[in-house]
Amino acid sequence: MIEGILVEGLIYGIMALGVFITFRILDFPDLSVDGTFPLGAAVMASTLTAGWNPLLCLLLAFAAGAAAGMLTALIHNTLKVPGLLAGILTMTMLWSINIRVLGGRANLPLMRVETMLTRFQHGLGAALSQPAALLLFCFAVVLVIKLAMDFFFHTDLGLTLGALGFNEQMIIAQGIDPRALKYIALALANGLVAVSGAFAAQYQGFADVNLGQGIIVSGLAMVMLGEFILRSNRIGWLTSRVILGSIAYRAIMYAGRYYGYYINLTPNDLKLITGILIIAALAVTKLQDKKGAAKKGKAKK
Amino acid sequence: MIELKDIDMTFGIGTPDENHVLNGLSLKVNRGDFITIIGSNGAGKSTLFNVISGKYSPTSGRVIFQEGDVTSQPEYRRARYIGRIFQDPLLGTAGNMSLEDNMVITQKKGFKGLKISLNHQLREKFRKELVQLDMNLENRLSDNVGTLSGGQRQALTLLMTVLSQPEILLLDEHTAALDPKNAAKVLELTCRFIEKYSLTAMMVTHNMQQAIDYGNRLLMLDNGQVIFDVSGEEKKNLTVDLLVKKFHEIRKSDFLSDEALLS
Repeated sequence: MIEGILVEGLIYGIMALGVFITFRILDFPDLSVDGTFPLGAAVMASTLTAGWNPLLCLLLAFAAGAAAGMLTALIHNTLKVPGLLAGILTMTMLWSINIRVLGGRANLPLMRVETMLTRFQHGLGAALSQPAALLLFCFAVVLVIKLAMDFFFHTDLGLTLGALGFNEQMIIAQGIDPRALKYIALALANGLVAVSGAFAAQYQGFADVNLGQGIIVSGLAMVMLGEFILRSNRIGWLTSRVILGSIAYRAIMYAGRYYGYYINLTPNDLKLITGILIIAALAVTKLQDKKGAAKKGKAKK
Repeated sequence: MIELKDIDMTFGIGTPDENHVLNGLSLKVNRGDFITIIGSNGAGKSTLFNVISGKYSPTSGRVIFQEGDVTSQPEYRRARYIGRIFQDPLLGTAGNMSLEDNMVITQKKGFKGLKISLNHQLREKFRKELVQLDMNLENRLSDNVGTLSGGQRQALTLLMTVLSQPEILLLDEHTAALDPKNAAKVLELTCRFIEKYSLTAMMVTHNMQQAIDYGNRLLMLDNGQVIFDVSGEEKKNLTVDLLVKKFHEIRKSDFLSDEALLS
């Protein structure tokens, strides 16, 4: 069970990192995620089934997600529609695209296909038990992604992106087109989400067009949970806590699934729990803010 | 150096709220000018800045920079030549980031690449520049800008803007939101930087005395036109009373309400 929580936490953590980029860094509520997650899964599953090199399949999944993210940015930038609507449009259209990618069906099993995960497990099978090898692999993948992201947000371009969500006027004043930055950030975020979907498909042994339903909400819950775990402003900590939040979220979901029946909860109630989790997180943050403001006010007097 | 030709700016054309803000305004800004701009509310001061910076594109007329006609250039492109400071001290910096990160973003205009510029050398440079502000900010490079006071933030914005070496500095009542002590300090820094980097600047102010004391040229705006443009000796000999008298002469309208607003 604990391996399951960690592995899923790590795999979905990649998705949460993408959500973190759009919602927290860019301040752009991007709902394309519900479509790009299964897109990544679909691209991975269909290319793997066709016998392509797994690494190439993963790159293709990233590229597909990135392209979808850019579509959202394109709709938002050129038609000046709110980001929320642009994301919903992309997400809706992707549902049809995903079915096409899967070859005209809603589900593609990967049971007899050699995936990145099974390859690694077999490769290390002698030295480590299968679950341990899987965990090690996922940990390594997430670590590489996290470190790459930390590096990116230390570069001049990354810093500019960091300022954009907070103060668009400042970015314009620097002679930078904010639209260009939005393309980059949305591509990056949705590329990550698609990679997460690609790994989820390999882990679960199938790609399904409905894999992404409500995924954005769970991603948001992960990001918010992480914000409770530790407070910091350093990008290295920010990305770490997103992954920790993802693992915590998985743990709560597991608890709900395994012990929920004592209080008559079924797996169907997990979405309700997710929603309540987010509302609780929002409420607690609000309360803390109020307390903080009250304290400050007192100190001033 | 900067030339505005016959600028007309009308908002809401064809609606009952149609508002003619700039009225055939023409202006030539020379290199090295430090222009102060006064005018009552609605005279078009902010709109003038918005037209120069490209936030609004004028209904008719041309905006010409040294680089050529920029009337159709979007704001972000023109921003490479312009440093603009707003009344709101929060608008010039990103409060969620550290001082050094903010300074990295603004040290050079234009699109940024995938390199990490922030190193020991650059930090030293930032520290040296921050000493000029005399606000002990040189020891707070890794602090969040959000933890600074309004005055410190505006002073930092000013320094960051000046360091990017704009062709023209637009100061949009940039001290109006500060307490008197900080306002004086930021204004003093402004003058020092303009002199040190020999910048061309335009400053909107609501304070007539300030408009007279600072700069080498003074513009009075009314009804979307420059009604009074004075520089050199003549400007040095101005007083608030003279300015008010001048306004009466030109407009011959009731100045009482405006006087209350301006002083």
